[in-house]
Amino acid sequence: MNKLDRQRVATTRPLPKCPTGIQGLDEVTGGGLPRGRPTLISGSAGCGKTLFAMEFLVRGATQFDEPGVFMAFEETQEELTQNVASLGFRVADLVRSGKVNIDYVRVERSEIDETGDYDLEGLFVRLGHAIDSIGARRVVLDTIESLFSGFSNLAILRAELRRLFRWLKEKGVTAVITGERGETQLTRHRLEEYVSDCVILLDHRVTDQVTTRRLRIVKYRGSAHGTNEYPFLIDETGINVLPITSLGLAHVASTERISSGVPRLDGMLGGKGYFRGSSILVTGTAGTGKSSLAAHFCRAACLRGEKCLYFAFEESPNQIVRNMRSIGVDLEPFIKKDLLHFHAIRATILGLEAHLTEFHKLVEEYKPQVVVLDPVDSLVQAGTTRDATAMLTRLIDFLKIRQITALMTNLISGGELVESSGVNISSLVDTWLLLRDVEMGGERNRAMYILKSRGMAHSNQVREFLLTDHGIELQDVYLGPDGVLTGSARQTQEFRERSSARAKLDEIERKQRDLKRKREAFEARLIALRKEFEVEVEEADRMLSQEETRDRMLQSERDEMAIKRKADPITPEHRRKTSKGEK
Amino acid sequence: MTAPAKSNEVWALRLYVAGQTPKSITAFANLKKICEAHLAGRYTIEVVDLLQQPQLAAGDQIVAIPTLVRKLPEPLRKIVGDLSNTEQALVGLQLRPAKSGV
Repeated sequence: MNKLDRQRVATTRPLPKCPTGIQGLDEVTGGGLPRGRPTLISGSAGCGKTLFAMEFLVRGATQFDEPGVFMAFEETQEELTQNVASLGFRVADLVRSGKVNIDYVRVERSEIDETGDYDLEGLFVRLGHAIDSIGARRVVLDTIESLFSGFSNLAILRAELRRLFRWLKEKGVTAVITGERGETQLTRHRLEEYVSDCVILLDHRVTDQVTTRRLRIVKYRGSAHGTNEYPFLIDETGINVLPITSLGLAHVASTERISSGVPRLDGMLGGKGYFRGSSILVTGTAGTGKSSLAAHFCRAACLRGEKCLYFAFEESPNQIVRNMRSIGVDLEPFIKKDLLHFHAIRATILGLEAHLTEFHKLVEEYKPQVVVLDPVDSLVQAGTTRDATAMLTRLIDFLKIRQITALMTNLISGGELVESSGVNISSLVDTWLLLRDVEMGGERNRAMYILKSRGMAHSNQVREFLLTDHGIELQDVYLGPDGVLTGSARQTQEFRERSSARAKLDEIERKQRDLKRKREAFEARLIALRKEFEVEVEEADRMLSQEETRDRMLQSERDEMAIKRKADPITPEHRRKTSKGEK
Repeated sequence: MTAPAKSNEVWALRLYVAGQTPKSITAFANLKKICEAHLAGRYTIEVVDLLQQPQLAAGDQIVAIPTLVRKLPEPLRKIVGDLSNTEQALVGLQLRPAKSGV
């Protein structure tokens, strides 16, 4: 039931409710059982009816100041007290302090003969007396069907039961009536015919050798209620109903970032790593390095001085430590320093809800900052996929509320879609890393990429994922026309690229040398030409000056001759004309 | 089954009722009749009204009303109902062996 529904119910139908105090149940019922009315709890033997009823009374007496009467038809007060003592209910103290009244009603057929008309007024008197003596607000009848084996007159019994439930309502007490589940009907003696306000069915089912307890609200007159089957557990705190919705989505989102333990991966995750309190899913086929990634994450957490809780479902702690040492991750010192705690358990040993209890208990006890579940898909073996999903959802919520960063690994088989988590939690996780095999050129290599990572700018690149003796290394992959190349194919390609680059470089150098030489040749020729030219110019100058000298000598000879012949002086113009004419 | 009571035995009977209801009155009348007929002079009848003393109901595990409890002679026997079926009442009190064998 979502919040909206609950609000609507609350505003339009003010049906008063009586909180049970049973963890989770009040969320499912929207506040508790119908106040002042009887509620029928039906279930087969050993499914927790008596415990449910007792917890209802004990919580009422201790948490809500509502004293209660327990009318037991099957167990004595001592037996009851003993049975629930293991759950931390100190019934004897409550009885002494007048908070709880236990009345054991024994109806022994062999002692009783019936003759003539009778009624069950004695029961009414006893119950009335018990209620009045402690001012009880709650009543449990466990289980009133025993009367059917004590008395033979069914007509009287049925009439009296009808009267009893009416009388309980008039008394205004909130009653829980337990009933044994029948073959075809809810209870063997059809108590549901009398108790029509609220019926809750408890179930204890074995599926694939694993038992799960479930609770379902069959009906709740005048109130909306969750209609699903809710798994519940019985642990040392009593009954725990585990509705997915009960936790809501109100957890605080941290902005603190923590390292993944692989520097290059941190770089891919926006440069800083995961968010604290987020949930990380690592999926991959067998042998892709999921556990190694988890181990790196653990080591990084331990190096920060944080506590790390590692749930191993398939390997023993010893084996994990040995294997991780082979890739240069030594976890041993952290175990010794109590920073790393392994909890190795086969998934099939416990039912899912028992696993969840175990998680809760260990997390509360150990108080880790980081939790690793390796691998979560094995939990499917402890139940169905649906149940495992529901359980993981609750676990993720539980961890998120406590700001615990959770890393889950998940094995996917080859045939499955790689982008599927197998346990359907991919939408719940914040960061999803995908590891996969790339088979090429006769070898298998590992590739990794970030499928999603909420709230950060993450890399979209595929990286080659190498497990070296000093840990995980991420390498750029070669992206060529043939797709992604990894491993030796990548190395070959890189070598090829390197050599072709070298060749190009050589070519350029050769060209440059060539040019230089050409330039030098050109400049040499230029110098030679200039020299030649200068020589010619010099020659020309020399010839010109010789000619001038000769001209001057000729002129002076001519002048001398004219003087000798007493010729008239010749003007320069005249002289030039004559010299021209001579040439 | 035991034969009708030995002559020297004292019978202690207790009748639980809840107020003066017709059933209670019938039961008491029927009981008186049976006792006079079979146990004259060696019986006591104690009537317990649970409306007045409800705390006494638990002691004898009283659920139905009226209930007749044979405290003595032992073993303890209980007969519920208004004792209108005398034959059954006699069998129940073991004043007469049951035909089919109780």
